[in-house]
Amino acid sequence: MAPFDPVELLGKPMGYLIFILFGMGFGVSLEIAGFGVAHKLIGQFYFKDQTVFKTMFTSVLVAMALLFLTIGLGWLDYDRIFVPPTYLWTGILGGLLLGFGIIIGGYCPGTSLASSASGHLDGIFFVAGVMAGGLLFGSVADSFWGFYNSSFMGRFTLPEWLGLPTEVVVAIAIVAGLLLVWGSDMIEKAWKRREGILTDAEVKQDKRVLTGIAVALLAATVAILVIGQPTLADAWNKNTEKQAMLAEGKAFVPPAEVSQAVYDPLINIVLLDVRDERDFNLYHLENAQRIDPDNLAPVMADLLQESEPPVVIVMSNDETRAIEVWKQLVAKNSINAYVMEGGINAWIEEHAEGQFQPIESHPDDTLAWVIPDALGDKWHSAIPHQPHHPAPYEYEIIKLQKKAPTGAGGCG
Amino acid sequence: MTAASSTVTKSKKKRAAKPFTNSLIAGVLLGLVLFLVYFFTGDGLGASGGANRFAVWAARLVAPGWVNSTPYLIKYGGGAKKPLDSFIVMLDIGVLLGGFLSAWYFGRLKTVTIKGPRVGTSMRWFIAFIGGTLAGFGARMSRGCTSGQGLNGAATLSVGSWAFLLAFFAGGYLLAYFVRRLWF
Repeated sequence: MAPFDPVELLGKPMGYLIFILFGMGFGVSLEIAGFGVAHKLIGQFYFKDQTVFKTMFTSVLVAMALLFLTIGLGWLDYDRIFVPPTYLWTGILGGLLLGFGIIIGGYCPGTSLASSASGHLDGIFFVAGVMAGGLLFGSVADSFWGFYNSSFMGRFTLPEWLGLPTEVVVAIAIVAGLLLVWGSDMIEKAWKRREGILTDAEVKQDKRVLTGIAVALLAATVAILVIGQPTLADAWNKNTEKQAMLAEGKAFVPPAEVSQAVYDPLINIVLLDVRDERDFNLYHLENAQRIDPDNLAPVMADLLQESEPPVVIVMSNDETRAIEVWKQLVAKNSINAYVMEGGINAWIEEHAEGQFQPIESHPDDTLAWVIPDALGDKWHSAIPHQPHHPAPYEYEIIKLQKKAPTGAGGCG
Repeated sequence: MTAASSTVTKSKKKRAAKPFTNSLIAGVLLGLVLFLVYFFTGDGLGASGGANRFAVWAARLVAPGWVNSTPYLIKYGGGAKKPLDSFIVMLDIGVLLGGFLSAWYFGRLKTVTIKGPRVGTSMRWFIAFIGGTLAGFGARMSRGCTSGQGLNGAATLSVGSWAFLLAFFAGGYLLAYFVRRLWF
């Protein structure tokens, strides 16, 4: 499933060439729109030429529609594309400064490159300013480092903020965006009419193009609403590789191998306990974190953010609930997770034999042992024993996985 | 170039400059490029990041000690790091190439200074530099410019990017009245 990492896939020269080609597409788009000319940009702010709004929002809507259409069809993984992280106040301050920059200097960083490439000297001076501004920022960043890193909200999306399904937010954005583009077009036409530079041909062409774009985008919106966005269950049903892994028992790590991995300096291990609070408080492994199986999204987001791809061990009392959570974690192949074989019950049997009274017959996935006190991980046996094998160790089940490409971001 | 008055410093007239493409059609093309780069690489577009890395690279040629003692710059060009070894620099090289080829193909390649009628050429250069400095500083502050933060984040529904875009346009509209003589 897309996206891919071209540098990883094709090596640096070819991968970089691909980025140069995409950059060329970007440069051509900016130049043909007229963004190499300052007046085409600043006209926006004087209610004259509205190219900025018309081009920018058309491009955003087209990209948004295609992205969420392909995401809906299961061809592209939304979790692995770069969504600029939200730092609310530095973003707003930076935005204001860029707004001052465009109205004073006539460009923004991207358009000043297109301007320079067209031979415009003011564009070249603007680019020099952008570089100077970056170095200036670097030299004074220390004095407001706290502010610079404040109001961090991570990968925070409009659907999460509004509490609405993604496809609904996309539909609203596309309809609102089309109205914005149409409104800007009206403003521009009014100005051109007053200046006497509006031709009938232009009115006709704009009408045709705008209608075409609106029809295509609205059709895409309907499709996005009908298809919806893929759930983890959809992804699991399509993931034959992980289904086989489960059927062949290759998803289950014996408690001994878990202990080994806990002490392995080469492994970033994360222990996830999916049982309810009561059982967790009675007995859980040291460093295990209890998670809510019904709210996995934030947990998965955190796991994907880790710089060292973690080996995740999921555990419940037996295996049933752990397997359900595991299916969701691995559905998109982005998280390297396993189920602890036999769950906490098997762990206790192996590490705390004779300490607790067994319960004769227990329903599936409940505790099979009488735990007298809620000591959590203070039980001696809850701390995995230091294994005898030194690292590196040949694991039977656990395989290390490369970090899934999550997109380094357009701000580098 | 609509109402703009531009001073031609040096012009090589080879063919008549073609008018710009319909802004909506240009928007569709830009949208397709943005979608494709996301689909195939997982990364969006960007412009200021590459320019910044180039600046760090240049600064290191002149003052390596300064780069190595400035924490924010170390992460780009400290020690043995290669500031230009990044996909974001490749995007900028592409933008320059694409912009050049397009301007050449449509007969718009011209050494001119685009400015308002009330401003002298060297004054315009100075003001462009100041505007660029504000934009460059701002782009570092917001961790991305109108492309890296604006286009990418708007299309992928980032809350922070929409806030950024609102602030960007607010900044432009707020100051527009006071600097109108620079342009008209």
